Amino acid sequence: MKIDFTLNGAATTVDVTPDMPLLWVLRDVLDMKGTKFGCGASLCGACTVHVDGKATRTCRLPVQDVKGAKVTTIEGLSADGTHPVQIAWKEIDVPQCGYCQAGQMMTVSALLETNPSPSDGQINSAMNRNLCRCATYSRIRKAIHHSAELIAGDEAATASGSGAK
Amino acid sequence: MSDSTKGRLSRRNFLRVSALAGGGLLLSTRFELLGTASAATADAAGSLSTHVSISPDGLVHIVAQNPEIGQGVKTMLPMLIAEELDVAWEQVRVTQGDLDTDSFSGQFAGGSMATPMHWKPMRVAGATARAMLIGAAASRWGVSADSLTTDAGAVLHKATGRSLSYGELATEAAALAVPSADNLVLKTPQEFKILGVSKPGVDNSKIVTGQPLFGIDVTLPGMKYAVFAKSPVYGAKLKAVDLETVKQAAGVSHAFVVRGDTPLSGLQDGVAIVADSWWAAKSARDELVVEWDEGPTAAQSSAGFAEQAELLSKGEPTQVIKADGNVEVALGAAAKTVEAAYSYPFIAHAPLEPQNCTCHVTEGAVEIWAPSQTPERARDGVAELLGIDKSKVTLHLTRMGGGFGRRLYNDFVMESAQIAKQVGVPVKLLWTREDDMAHDLYRPGGFHYLKGGLDANGDLSAWYDHFVTFGEGKKFSASASMGLAEFPQGFVADYSLVASKMALGVPTGALRAPTSNAISFVIQSFMDELAHAGSKDPLEFRLQLLDKVIAAGTKTRLDAKRMRNVLLLVAEKSGWGKRQLARGSGMGVAFHFSHRGYFAEVVQATVSKRGDVAVDQIWVAGDVGNLIINPINAENQVQGAVLDGLAQALQQEITFEGGAAKQSNFHNFKLLRMAQAPPIEVHFLQSEGDPTGLGEPALPPVPPALCNAIFAATGQRVRSLPLANHDLSWT
Repeated sequence: MKIDFTLNGAATTVDVTPDMPLLWVLRDVLDMKGTKFGCGASLCGACTVHVDGKATRTCRLPVQDVKGAKVTTIEGLSADGTHPVQIAWKEIDVPQCGYCQAGQMMTVSALLETNPSPSDGQINSAMNRNLCRCATYSRIRKAIHHSAELIAGDEAATASGSGAK
Repeated sequence: MSDSTKGRLSRRNFLRVSALAGGGLLLSTRFELLGTASAATADAAGSLSTHVSISPDGLVHIVAQNPEIGQGVKTMLPMLIAEELDVAWEQVRVTQGDLDTDSFSGQFAGGSMATPMHWKPMRVAGATARAMLIGAAASRWGVSADSLTTDAGAVLHKATGRSLSYGELATEAAALAVPSADNLVLKTPQEFKILGVSKPGVDNSKIVTGQPLFGIDVTLPGMKYAVFAKSPVYGAKLKAVDLETVKQAAGVSHAFVVRGDTPLSGLQDGVAIVADSWWAAKSARDELVVEWDEGPTAAQSSAGFAEQAELLSKGEPTQVIKADGNVEVALGAAAKTVEAAYSYPFIAHAPLEPQNCTCHVTEGAVEIWAPSQTPERARDGVAELLGIDKSKVTLHLTRMGGGFGRRLYNDFVMESAQIAKQVGVPVKLLWTREDDMAHDLYRPGGFHYLKGGLDANGDLSAWYDHFVTFGEGKKFSASASMGLAEFPQGFVADYSLVASKMALGVPTGALRAPTSNAISFVIQSFMDELAHAGSKDPLEFRLQLLDKVIAAGTKTRLDAKRMRNVLLLVAEKSGWGKRQLARGSGMGVAFHFSHRGYFAEVVQATVSKRGDVAVDQIWVAGDVGNLIINPINAENQVQGAVLDGLAQALQQEITFEGGAAKQSNFHNFKLLRMAQAPPIEVHFLQSEGDPTGLGEPALPPVPPALCNAIFAATGQRVRSLPLANHDLSWT
C-alpha cells in the first residue's frame, strides 16, 4: 500500500504493509538510521521523532497513521549539526554510548518549541519517558538549559537586528 | 587508513614506517604491554600496535583501535598518541580500526583496562613519530636534532626562527630509521597540552545528526534480516516446530532450525527466520508455533535459590576462600557481636541497543560487523563454529549502544554466523528487547551470612562471611566468586570468608564492576551496622580501621592511605557530620576499591512517610592516579556509573520462575529515569601512579551508601536489594 507523508521537508512515498511501524519504515525502507530501536514497546523513547511537531514514539506507530503528516527525524533537525539542541549536546558532551540521544534530542526540541525556558521540574516531566542506559541525565539537563540559552540568544540577536546566528 | 596498508606489517616488525601513496607517513608500532618497547619482546602475547598517518596537508589520522561502548576510548586513546606527537587536537581525525590482531593488541573493552594497558604504548607511538619528524627536519636544515623543538604539528628551529609543518616533513620522515623507544623522552605531566584538558567525544557530531555508527545501523547490498527464536529456558532443546506456516508469511525467505551444542554462552537451539525486512521476520516469529524440551533448568527459580541458601547457611560451608587467625575464638572473645543475612538479586545488563550482528559468509571467507566488546574472541569463535581458518574472518568494529559487560559474550555473533552460512547473502540478525532480557548472562545473585565482632573500644575484632553463591565443586559460576583479599581482609586479624554453592542452569557473566557491584553492598552495609553497634560515627569507624593498618604498615590489597584520602575528601565535600537533617533524611557513606580505582561516596536520601525514597544528592571522591586524562568524559563516566548503581539498588532485579526470567522489557526491568537522577558532585584526588580506568570503579559504593543513608534517615536497615521490595514507611 502506498503511503504519502512529508519527511524532513521532502514529499515521501513508501509502498509497504500499512501496519509496519514508522520506525522500521524509516530505518529499513528509507535507510535513515538515526532513529533507534530500543524496546519495541513505547517504553524507552529511543525511537522518538516529531509528527506534526509533536514528540512521538514510532516503534509501534503504524506508518498508515502518518499519512499526510509532517515527520521530522534527527536527520532533519539539521543535517550539519547547527540546531541549538545539537550544538548544546556537542558542547556539553552529553553522549556516552550515544544510542538514546537522538530520541532525547527530539523530545527536547519539541519541548523547547512550546516551552522555551523549562524549569527542572518541567524537564523532569517532559523527559521522564526517555531512558538513557548510560544515565547521562545530569548532562541532558545541563544541555537542555544550554539549548534554551542558545535559542534565547538567537532570538535576542534577531530581535536586535543583527540577524547573525 | 586504507586496508592495504595493513598488509605491510609482519609480526616480526615491532615498528615500521613507510611512505603513504601520495606522500605522508605511516607509522606502525608494536610494543610490549605495560612495559617498555623492545624488539626482543615484540612478538610476546599482549604486545600492541597502533597506526598514525600524516597527510601532506598536515592532518593527522589516528586509528582508534578499541571497541567503543560509551566509555570514551575512541577519544582517549588517540589523545595519548596526539599528545606525544605534539600536534594540535584540531588537526587530528580519528577513525575506528577493524579487528587486526597482527597490528594491534588489547582490542577489547573490559575491566577498565584500556587506560592502564595503553597509557604508555600509545604515548610511545606518538613520541616515536615525533622523533622521526624532528630527524627529517634536522637533515633538511643540516642542524642537530637536539636544537629542534616541536609545537602544534610543526618542527621549530628557534635559533634561526625556521619551521616546517609535519605535513611537509612526513614523506622524508618515513624514509628514516625508527628510533629505539629507549631513547625517547616522554613528556612530563607539566608539559601536557592535550591530556588533562577536556575533549568532547570524537563521534559527537555524527551522533547528534543521526549518522549510522552502531552495529544495528549496518546495511549491505542484498542484505536480509533475521530473528532467532529460542526457548526462554536455558539449555532447552527444540522438540517440534511448524516451519511451513512461517515460510508462507509475507516477506519471509527462510525458516530453519539451528541446533546448539556449545556451552551456555554460545549457540543454543533455536529457529531462524529470515525475511526481506526485520519487521517481516519479527511478525512471522510472533506467529511461530514451537515446542521445547526445557530440561532440568526449568525446575530452578529465585524462590528456590533463596530456600536453598537458607538451608546451606545452617550447614557447614563447603569451601574456605580465606581464613586468617581464628574467627571463632575472636567472636567468642568479642565485647559485642552482630549477625546479619544479606542478599542481592540477579540483574540484567540491558544495553539500550539490542544485540545484533551482521554477517556475510561466502565461499571460504566470512565478513562480520560486530558490536562486540571482545572482537578477537568473536572472530575465533566464528572460525571454530564454521570450521574455517581465522585468517579468513574479517571483523569490523562498530560503535555500541552500551556494553556494561553484556557484549563481552558473543552468542549473538555465533547465531548470526550460523544463520548467514545457511542463507548465503549478508544477514543482519537483530534481537528484540524481550530476547535480550530472556537471554542475558546475568549478574548473579548471592547470599551472605555474616558475623562481626567488636572489642571493648568498639573497634572491629572479627569478621565472618558465609557466602552462599552459585557454582559446582570448586568452580564458581561466572562473576559469582569473591577474592582472597577483599576488604576487610587484612584489616582485621581474625577474618574468615567461606562459601557454599548451588548449581545454576542459567548463564551468568560480568556486569560493570563484576563481583564488586554486589559484594560492596554487603561489606559496606555490614560495616555500617558494626559502626552503629559500637556507637561510632560510620565514617569515623572506617577511618579508624584504615588508620590502624596505615600505622601498622600492614600490606593490604587496597592502599589504605589512598582510600583514607578519598574518604576524607568526600567527608569534607559532603559536609559529613555538619548537616542538620530532618527525620526522614539522612546521609550514608561507603567506599570500595576495584579496577585499580579508589572511590568513597556519600549519598543523602529522603524517605517519605509513605516509604518513597528520593536521593537528594551524591558526593563522589575518586583516585585513579596522577592524571584525569579527559576530564569532561571522566565526570560523565563517574556520574553514569553512580546512577547505574543507584538504579540497581532502587529497582532492578531479574527473578526466575520455571527456569526463565520473569522480566521482559523496561516496564518490569526498570532503568533509572531523569526525575530520579540527583545532582552528583565528582571530585578527583590526583595522587600517585599512572592513570587507571574509570568505566567501573565508581559504581560499587553507591548501593551501600544509599542503604546506609536510609538507615540514618529512618532507622531501617536494608539487607536485601532492590529497595523497591521493601516497605520503608515510617511514622
